[in-house]
Amino acid sequence: MVAARLLRPAARLLRPSPSIRPTATFQRVSAPTASRWRTYASENGPKEMTVRDALNEALAEEMEVNPKVFILGEEVAQYNGAYKVTKGLLDRFGEKRVIDSPITESGFAGLCVGAALAGLHPVCEFMTFNFAMQAIDQVINSAAKTHYMSGGIQPCNITFRGPNGFAAGVAAQHSQDYSAWYGSIPGLKVVAPYSSEDAKGLLKAAIRDPNPVCVLENELLYGLSFPMSEAAQKDDFVLPFGKAKIERPGKDLTIVTLSRNVGLCLVAADALKSKYGVEAEVINLRSIKPLDIEAIVNSVKKTGLMMAVESGFPMFGVGAELIALTVEYAFDYLDAPPVRVTGAEVPTPYAQKLEEMSFPTPELITEYAAKLLKV
Amino acid sequence: MASRRVVQALRGALATPPLRLSAARSRVCFQCQQRWSSVSQRQGSDRVNFPGAVNSSFTTDLNFQRATEADAMPTYRYLDQEGQVIDKARGEPDVTDDELLGYYKTMVTVSILDLIMFDAQRQGKVSFYMVSQGEEGIGVGSSSALRNDDPLFLQYREHGVFFQRGTTLDDFIAQCFSTKDDTGRGRSMPVHYGSKKHHVHTISSCLATQLPQASGAAYARKIENARNPNKDEHRVVACYFGEGAASEGDFHAALNIAATRSCPVVFICRNNGYAISTSTLEQYKGDGIASRGVGYGVDTIRVDGNDILAVREVTKAARALALSDGGRPVLIEAMSYRVSHHSTSDDSFAYRAKVEVEDWKRRDNPITRLRKYMENKGIWDEEKEKQLRSDARKQVLDAYRKAEKEKWPPLANMLEDVYAEVTEEQKEQLVMVKEMVEKYPEEYDLDIYEGGLDALKSTVEAQR
Ligand SMILES: Cc1ncc(C[n+]2csc(CCOP(=O)(O)OP(=O)(O)O)c2C)c(N)n1
Ligand SMILES: [Mg+2]
Repeated sequence: MVAARLLRPAARLLRPSPSIRPTATFQRVSAPTASRWRTYASENGPKEMTVRDALNEALAEEMEVNPKVFILGEEVAQYNGAYKVTKGLLDRFGEKRVIDSPITESGFAGLCVGAALAGLHPVCEFMTFNFAMQAIDQVINSAAKTHYMSGGIQPCNITFRGPNGFAAGVAAQHSQDYSAWYGSIPGLKVVAPYSSEDAKGLLKAAIRDPNPVCVLENELLYGLSFPMSEAAQKDDFVLPFGKAKIERPGKDLTIVTLSRNVGLCLVAADALKSKYGVEAEVINLRSIKPLDIEAIVNSVKKTGLMMAVESGFPMFGVGAELIALTVEYAFDYLDAPPVRVTGAEVPTPYAQKLEEMSFPTPELITEYAAKLLKV
Repeated sequence: MASRRVVQALRGALATPPLRLSAARSRVCFQCQQRWSSVSQRQGSDRVNFPGAVNSSFTTDLNFQRATEADAMPTYRYLDQEGQVIDKARGEPDVTDDELLGYYKTMVTVSILDLIMFDAQRQGKVSFYMVSQGEEGIGVGSSSALRNDDPLFLQYREHGVFFQRGTTLDDFIAQCFSTKDDTGRGRSMPVHYGSKKHHVHTISSCLATQLPQASGAAYARKIENARNPNKDEHRVVACYFGEGAASEGDFHAALNIAATRSCPVVFICRNNGYAISTSTLEQYKGDGIASRGVGYGVDTIRVDGNDILAVREVTKAARALALSDGGRPVLIEAMSYRVSHHSTSDDSFAYRAKVEVEDWKRRDNPITRLRKYMENKGIWDEEKEKQLRSDARKQVLDAYRKAEKEKWPPLANMLEDVYAEVTEEQKEQLVMVKEMVEKYPEEYDLDIYEGGLDALKSTVEAQR
């Protein structure tokens, strides 16, 4: 039945479940990881850091080493960023390098693209990627294509960054996931960090990468703390693009996911273990384009079952791509048709309960996984 | 080689165009010839007759025009800060005392509603709210000069417009609480109102998108007006926006398309000094938003937004102008100060001094200005003021308490309106919902939804 796939059974919407805002759900998600590293016990060794601070550190470090890097966006300087990601950077680097823009996304994105074409390395902050719609022509038709069309003579080392995906209670026009949109464009690279290490390593890599890169952050992750390894605390820490991370190894089922959904899948994997004794492998993509298909194939060879979890709309999305690639490259290893858990086929509702049910939850992921595992 | 082949093939294709195309082409050429000949340079003329600037005189002065050297465009006022008519020779405005009292009451009610809803957000009753404090005069004054069925496009800080059009407190609060009476059916964030009854397009979160749309709606009005011999029924579109939104490309696109297509639209900019934390000093370098209107060939005026009578008079004139010559756009820049925080998500004292705000509040605002005028006229006093404020407060609280207890939209609502018609899949899902809630009645209390289970059943029945 097509309906069940595209728009999850509506009956589900009525299932009594504890009423929790997505943020609250998420606090729980990170709890297991967080508790492991609760203290700043020793000078060296891992330490806790929020995703927001990790992004901030990445920006500060790259601005420190590379005078060509500057940040431009709405409210980034004096206000420290709409979500405080650029906090303190104006004081530290001055107004030539941390620059407030008038309310014109096409204007400041265009300025950044122009500066990149002229050899600088701008970081263009969108208040959210929803507002980047005003500037999408600059991102796609100019940033992504000019290097190619100029015969390679025009560099475009630019980083577009900002929160992507849904937040809490902000309804249809502020709640979209653009991973599939940008992921489909040749010439762009696209990453979606989950943890603080991801955030720092991927943003630094994006700024250093000579190509235009979209860093799709997530507002609901900004305030969450994650451990930072000793290596990640150093200023030379970068993560390679196109390399996924196995967040949790397992032998029974492969769950491929990204951004905030990684946390949800980890909770689901714990539930699958405690309820059914199965081990799910959770793969955090980290990078959407290029995509680490090898990691997926290797995992599927081991597990025989594959599930994609993402929060975009169901059709023509990241989940669709992941499943298509899995089928193309690992069909013979699959024991059952792969499944996807995605956002629902509806403009994001404002009503809290409907909003909660428009996106993957640990319960939903667990349920779909159990069905796939036939447990 | 390959590309030359393509070019040749293309040429071949173009050499034998279908008949219709060639006819169309010759018509276009004929038109350009006409345009060219009408602006051709006469021998010895002192004016430039280039097609792009048809009345520019020649000069030998090499001189760049500078915005900062010219005087700023003046700001039209009717009343001074003390509520006195400035130009005594012009006499009293054409408003009745009842109308004045109505505007005043609306402004005061909006300001009290704002305080209460702002607190409601702080108490977690609504997720979000935006206050229009300091800008009540622009909303009420302008809409009082429009026809009640002139279509409107709003940004979000124009509460006065709704109440001037007859929206009730119940309607307004229903939207914030997403109750069954919310005409938006609970789908939008608070403050994103829309009203078919009052001809207000639903507010969009994406800044400035309403501006070119207003040009389009005005184009539709233009065509309709031309068909209607009864001039009294001709309508304009009014479009409200902030000075921050005017930095978006859509603002520029909207003015140019409205000017070139002669659309009867009144653009009303609320210049309140801030766009969240971005002050006008960083928002633009020119003379406000008004100077841009002139650049696009749009009739433009700047008005004191704290002077409701001036806003009213200017809008009235703008409306008449917009209907002249078969339609033309007009731009009004109404100056004010955003007294409130941007929204409940903002703390404006992070970027502006508290004294600045207090100063504005005390020195000048649309409510006290009209109050002084009415007191001077002898139709208002302290006693009436007290009564109005306590009545308004009570009305708002009554509506608030009522909305809190109100039912939610019918359950079937959640599957509707994604498309104009409910899809087959959605119909199936609704049946599943019905079966589920019927099977486990003790699990699902549907009383909170308008019509409860019965409404769900009859919707399912109707969709069969
Ligand atoms: C395209 C887009 N970019 C950014 C935002 C975020 N935003 C919402 S309101 C606002 C400020 C608008 O200021 P202004 O137009 O002056 O209106 P005011 O709030 O002063 O009434 C901003 C930047 C948005 N909603 N849409
Ligand atoms: Mg403003």
